[in-house]
Amino acid sequence: MNKLNFLRPDIENLNTYLYSGIFLISIAILDVSLSSFFNTNITSFLPNFISFLLPLILGTIGLHFIRIEFSGIKKLDLLNKNINTNTFNAVLTLLIIFAIIKSIPPFLSWFIIDATISGDTKEACTGTGACWTYIKIWLNRFIYGMYPNELQWRINLSFIALIGLAFVGLIPSEKIKKFLTLYYVVIYPIIAFVLIYYLISGGAFGLEWVETGAWGGLSLTFIVSFFCLIFCFPVGMFLALGRRSDLPTVRYISVGFIEFWRGVPLITVLFMSSVMFPMFLPEDFFMDKLVRVIIAISLFEAAYVAEVIRGGLQALPRGQYDAAKSLGMGYWKMHIFVILPQALKLVIPGIANTFLALVKDTPLIFVVGLLEIVGMLNLAKTNPKWLGYAMEGYVFAAIIFWIICYAMSKYSYNLEIKYKTDR
Amino acid sequence: MNFKLNKIIPQLATLLSVILVFGFLTYNAQVNMDNRGIEFGFGFLTQESSFDVQFSLIDYDGSHSYARAYLVGLLNTLLVAFIGIILSTILGVIVGIARLSPNYLIERTAAWYVEFFRNIPLLLQIFFWYFAALRALPLPQDTEPMFGVFFLTIKGLFVPRFVWENLDIFFYSIIATIISIIVIRNYARKLQENEGKQLPVFYISIGLFVILPLLTFLVGGVSLNFSIPELEQMSNTSFKYKGGLGIPPELIALTLALGLYTATFIAECVRAGIQGISKGQKEAAASIGLTPRQILKLVVMPQALRIIIPPTTNQYLNLTKNSSLAAAIAYPDLVLIFAGTALMQTGRAIEIVSITMLTYLSISLSISVLMNWYNKKIAIKEK
Repeated sequence: MNKLNFLRPDIENLNTYLYSGIFLISIAILDVSLSSFFNTNITSFLPNFISFLLPLILGTIGLHFIRIEFSGIKKLDLLNKNINTNTFNAVLTLLIIFAIIKSIPPFLSWFIIDATISGDTKEACTGTGACWTYIKIWLNRFIYGMYPNELQWRINLSFIALIGLAFVGLIPSEKIKKFLTLYYVVIYPIIAFVLIYYLISGGAFGLEWVETGAWGGLSLTFIVSFFCLIFCFPVGMFLALGRRSDLPTVRYISVGFIEFWRGVPLITVLFMSSVMFPMFLPEDFFMDKLVRVIIAISLFEAAYVAEVIRGGLQALPRGQYDAAKSLGMGYWKMHIFVILPQALKLVIPGIANTFLALVKDTPLIFVVGLLEIVGMLNLAKTNPKWLGYAMEGYVFAAIIFWIICYAMSKYSYNLEIKYKTDR
Repeated sequence: MNFKLNKIIPQLATLLSVILVFGFLTYNAQVNMDNRGIEFGFGFLTQESSFDVQFSLIDYDGSHSYARAYLVGLLNTLLVAFIGIILSTILGVIVGIARLSPNYLIERTAAWYVEFFRNIPLLLQIFFWYFAALRALPLPQDTEPMFGVFFLTIKGLFVPRFVWENLDIFFYSIIATIISIIVIRNYARKLQENEGKQLPVFYISIGLFVILPLLTFLVGGVSLNFSIPELEQMSNTSFKYKGGLGIPPELIALTLALGLYTATFIAECVRAGIQGISKGQKEAAASIGLTPRQILKLVVMPQALRIIIPPTTNQYLNLTKNSSLAAAIAYPDLVLIFAGTALMQTGRAIEIVSITMLTYLSISLSISVLMNWYNKKIAIKEK
């Protein structure tokens, strides 16, 4: 048996170090788990301070013991390489593990174990955990806003139709494929507008008129993001082209426009659209609040889209322009068939980020009195029958937004991979 | 001839359409204002504002002018931006470095932090902190002090306030310290270049930073006292803190949300910057005998900062613009005071909204001018 040197574990006594190390680490984790799940402290005989720090000290020593290079055990080497490279890393690793163990019980008990979901009134929520009853009762309002209950099928129908129409691009027919760009850029937005206008707003074909003030909740979030997304993209593209143009007037106007919108916060833009813009319209001309908001957000985001696309245009080598010109293409032909397809491919991540920012900005429309989901939450929170459940509401909305945004960013990542062309 | 026409016609058309749109809008505005009997002008700025603001850095009450109210709002906005920038920078740099850690758990934790906080709308986060998290804090009368001097209550955070005597002497000593540190650094650099000797500049600087200000306490008659907040009972149910410095919950919620949100973006900038340095640079530096600390200081950081700083400044600008969300939780910033209350009272929509927008615009533009200058200065000069 070789001499044991506890300060410098080596491969000679691999098993001794390994077992004592694993023993110490398990004690540390056991101690923390017991105190976390069962509220018992097995080291209560020690002074408070030491009892508190003991698992960390034991764990660090344990990890020190098992830190043996080239041990020949694959899993151990992998472990050492990833979470146990030196003492500092070992301490951080332990702290993270302990924090996770510590936070599981309160989290679970608030979310699931002590939470309530049955019942229809506030009185049903007697537990110490979350009151999901509140979300259950208000769910309809959170999704549809103040839209009349018996008419909500109209929102559902138009959304389903829009999603269905968006999948036209998947039809594998060569004849249709030629017109896909035209379809998505021109025809689809028009169909969408007509659907939303006549189906959700009503007022024709025997459908009851529902004013935009009654729209709200998640469906309004979707409507606003959808239209802004559709409008801001072409506007941004033209602005980007304008900024790169040879014509000084066009260039300066584009630069001025872009820098103006990028320099001001969205909330002041919305203020402008609600209090200042009506002053600039002809007297007898009335424009709906929602339309004004959509225009304002679209112009605002278009400036950001323009900058992103400009980045893509600048990244293209000059040879592309020269080659297109030498084929006798004019300005528009060159951009539509050669430059833009390549530039847009390059900037997919940037555009996705801008769209994400757009979706995350929609709650701001509360400024003009439109209540999408966050606005509805604030309304529900102040309802005298349901006071005190702000936390549940915000957690609910956060989960929804997180899922939407995370899915969008993953989708853009896939697009980026799909359209990646090696140069 | 044909060639020139090709260039002139589109320009003329653009110019004409822009002028037409602007002319149409101003004409409408003129007609509308005539009808309502409003006259365009900024005279209202000197009128008495007659509204109070609950949190202000400068002396202000209802008898002051609208211009003063504007200044209060601007200062409050800058305060939020300043605290938020410091918070987000510290957090962002830590998380950004953590994302490059060889430790799998740390890297994942940092990655989840970034994914989590940047995919939730900022407004929602502000609401969460203000209406849910901070509302769960105890009332002043039930609050246990932290370390005996900090009180975190539903009414805000109450901390000791510094009470200085002869603050100006202390201030001068700080300036003197900074100047002497710069002089010593230059001297040390010259010494190294000429004779190859190295001075422990870092320790000398730290020593100077401690000793010189300390001297002012001992000799210069500077003294520092703390005014510690104390709970005082106003009536049966109402309690109030006396002394100390009260930080309103709106400010806490706002800076917390802005800091946590912006930190995720800064973390990505930092990560991209450090990852952008090719391995060859580090290996080359190591092969000429630099120590790991010198590699970081002399080779990696100068190059990484070149990549990190421009997008990070952009994030600072975003943070400043996002601070306008303060209006949602009634923190008296520029938007709430000026574009909110002042606009309601005077009804001068065009003037007030333009002033507000111009303020943000000038902040943004001045920073981007500065940024462009900086970019030109640090850009690698190639061929």
